[in-house]
Formats: sequence, structure tokens, C-alpha cells
Amino acid sequence: MEDIKVFGLWSSPFSQRVVWTLKLKGVSYEYYDEDLANKSNLLLQYNPIYKKVPVLVHNGKPISESMVIVQYIDETWPQIPLLPQDAYERAKARFWSKFIEEKSMQMMEFFLYDGERQERAIKETLDILRVIENESGLSEKMFICGNTIGLADIALGWVAHTLPVMEEIVGVKFITIDAFPHLHSWVKNFLEIPVIKNNLPPHEKLVEYFRERRKVFLAMASHHHHH
Amino acid sequence: MATNDLKLLGGWFSPFACRVQIALSIKGLDYENIVENLNPKSDLLLQSNPTYKKIPVLIHGEKTICESAIIVQYIDEVWKNNGTSSILPSNAYDKAIARFWVSYIDDKFFNSLRFGLFAQDDESKKKYFEELEEVLLKLEEVFNELSEGKEFFGGENIGFIDVAFGCYLSWLRVKEKFTGTKKFDEAKNPGLVKWAEAFSAHPAVKGILPETDKLVEYAIALAQRLAAAAAADAAPPK
Repeated sequence: MEDIKVFGLWSSPFSQRVVWTLKLKGVSYEYYDEDLANKSNLLLQYNPIYKKVPVLVHNGKPISESMVIVQYIDETWPQIPLLPQDAYERAKARFWSKFIEEKSMQMMEFFLYDGERQERAIKETLDILRVIENESGLSEKMFICGNTIGLADIALGWVAHTLPVMEEIVGVKFITIDAFPHLHSWVKNFLEIPVIKNNLPPHEKLVEYFRERRKVFLAMASHHHHH
Repeated sequence: MATNDLKLLGGWFSPFACRVQIALSIKGLDYENIVENLNPKSDLLLQSNPTYKKIPVLIHGEKTICESAIIVQYIDEVWKNNGTSSILPSNAYDKAIARFWVSYIDDKFFNSLRFGLFAQDDESKKKYFEELEEVLLKLEEVFNELSEGKEFFGGENIGFIDVAFGCYLSWLRVKEKFTGTKKFDEAKNPGLVKWAEAFSAHPAVKGILPETDKLVEYAIALAQRLAAAAAADAAPPK
């Protein structure tokens, strides 16, 4: 009997990567949603380095870092593989997964600020999206590095439904059909995958959550500005 | 002539290029070593790594593979059964642990080392080098746990973490020269001290890590360039 526990946060894009991957593969697990103001002892024991979610614990052995976890799940439960068989195609998929993972926090920065800092952050988000639009092969394939959902798509998935929530609150729109035709299609295709569609946090709840986060971020930003 | 049709676009000063060289050496593979000067960046580099425009790039026939950790995994997978030892562990959990620590090293260790080395003011330097000490304490723990009494993070054979972390040793020696403090504190990091010796002496590593004096020269020139760039950025607009 497999013992699989996931410590996550319902609103976190990084947690969602793990949940989607487990669901895609039909793997059962116990889910613990963490109130981050009050981290449980269990979480601190399993992820003392970063003290962050998500953490996967498989038969008592913990793994942290969302994309490390996703690759682990993919290698342990090979059905619905997220990486191609060919070593070169795998290297390409890992490359894009890494690029997206590295740039994800930066892509969200526009949500932390207003004024000029926000304008600069918006431009950076657009630059990163442009690289993905033009260079990741989306012009040829339905998903990044293939015609079925893969590692890089899981990494980018937050862009399909969490980014629009942030956009709504701030009043910007990044992935328009004119500016990013391939990404625009990718978003639609991603959200149409039944496992994804059925495992998205409720939109209104997410809006409420991020509206509160926006207030906190703006307060922090103006506090730092006055130093 | 490289029989496997392998070319490495790298640089002697780059710890990331060294990783690939060591991986190729572990697997006993011939390759053509193309030194990239970066100033200006060659057409080959711009074409083969348009996204990051960085070394190393492995060119295998028509295929280009970028990002050192990804290249090492590629080499390990393609030449999996050629009779040489594997670089990544075989089971999924150990792989995950190795990937986690390589990611940690490339983030926490690399950033505190390089920001410390090239910081413009003493206070920042101190802060980054203090962080570096904490990171090394953590890595000492990791080494003790994963080596299980053997010579390397990978156990008896050098593995993914050894290759990734080991390539920073030359830059740690640069820090030694710059600051006068030993790269690993004998009292706090005895495991890492022994590991560094074993790693540097390993047949797959010999001759690949750059000589410290040469790297120090390179680092001084780089520090000057960075200082000049910072001064230019900080200069008030006319």
C-alpha cells in the first residue's frame, strides 16, 4: 500500500503542479492544505530547508521543490508520461521546464508593485512570454515540446488560470490573440484537458485571495520606498 | 576527429563547462573542445543557444543541448550502457534528492559566492560570505548523509552532486586568494575538505579544473569590468 502525502496550498501555482501531475497519473494521495501563517510541525519536519510548500512525502520520504517533485512522480508512475522517450527531446523539454520555472517568479512581479516599478515588471513579463511564444516550439506543436501535456506545460500551467486572476485585479492583459497567438491557443488547449479543468481552484475564491495579497504587496512596496 | 560527433562550446573559466567536460570524461567520450571567448559572443553560440546565449552548449551531430545540468543528464542517458559508471543515481528518489541539492547549490551557494566575490562594498561582501558559510555547513551535513562514509556525494563513484559542486572548487580557491580565508573551514567542514581532495584527484577530473593563478587573473579582470559597469550605471544623468 503506497503512502503518499502532499502538503500544499490551494492558491499556490507551485502546489498545483504537483496536484495536476498526481491526478493526471491517477495516483491517490492525502492532501494537507497548509495555512502558511501557522506552518504545521509536520511540514517543518519534512521541508526544513525552504519551509515551503509543496512537499511530497512518499512512504515517509520527503521531496521538495515543485518541478523536482513533478519529475519524481513522472519517473515513479510512468503512465501518461510527461517526458518523451528520446533523450534529445527530453533535454529540450527539461530546458523549457527549467526556463519557465526560473522565470515564473519574475513573471509575477508586476503583481507586487504599482507605478513605474510595475511598468518595468510588465515589460519583463512580456519579454519572457515572447521568448516562450517564439522559441519553445509552440508554433509547431500543441503543447511545449509535444502534442500531449508535458513537463514544461505543467511548469507553465499557472499562466493559464492564475495569471488571468492577477491580470483582472491589476487591470492588464498579457496573452491576447494578436500579441501571442500560440500561447493563446496553448492556454485554451491546456484548460480543456479534463484533469486540469477539474482541478482548478475556484475562480472567485482565487480572485478574493489575490485581492488581499495585492493589498499586502502594495503596503510592503510603499514601506520599502520610504526608506 | 571526434568519433561520436561531439563538440563542446565552453570556456576554461566556466564551472558549468567543466561539468560537461567531467561528464564526458566519466563516460570516456571523445569530443572537440571549442573555447568560446564571449567577447564578442560567436555566431555559433548565438545560433546554438539563442535563448540564453551562454556556455556550455553540447553539440551532438545536429542536436544542440544547453544548460549544464541538463547536458550532464543527457550524456548520462545517451551513453547509459557503455560500461562506464552512471552519473545520476538509478532510483527515482535518489535522483530527486540529487536534483534538489544541485538546484540548491546553483542557487544558494553560487549566488553567495559570486555576489561575495564581486560585491562593491565591504558590508555586502561580509553578508554574502556569511551566507556562504551557512550554506557550506548545510552541504557538510548533506555530504555526511549522502556519502555514507564513502568518498563522494555519489558514494563510491562521483555522481551528479559531485560534478555540479566540484566544478566550483576553482572559484572557491579564487575566494581563498582574494580573502585569505581557506575555502573550507577545517573545523566546520572536515568532510568537504576531504571530499575536495578526493574530487580533484579523481581521474575523470584531472586536468579539467582551471589552475588557480590563471583563474585569479581572470577574476580580477572580471571584477574590474563589473566595477566599471556599476560605476557607469550609478553615474548621475548628465
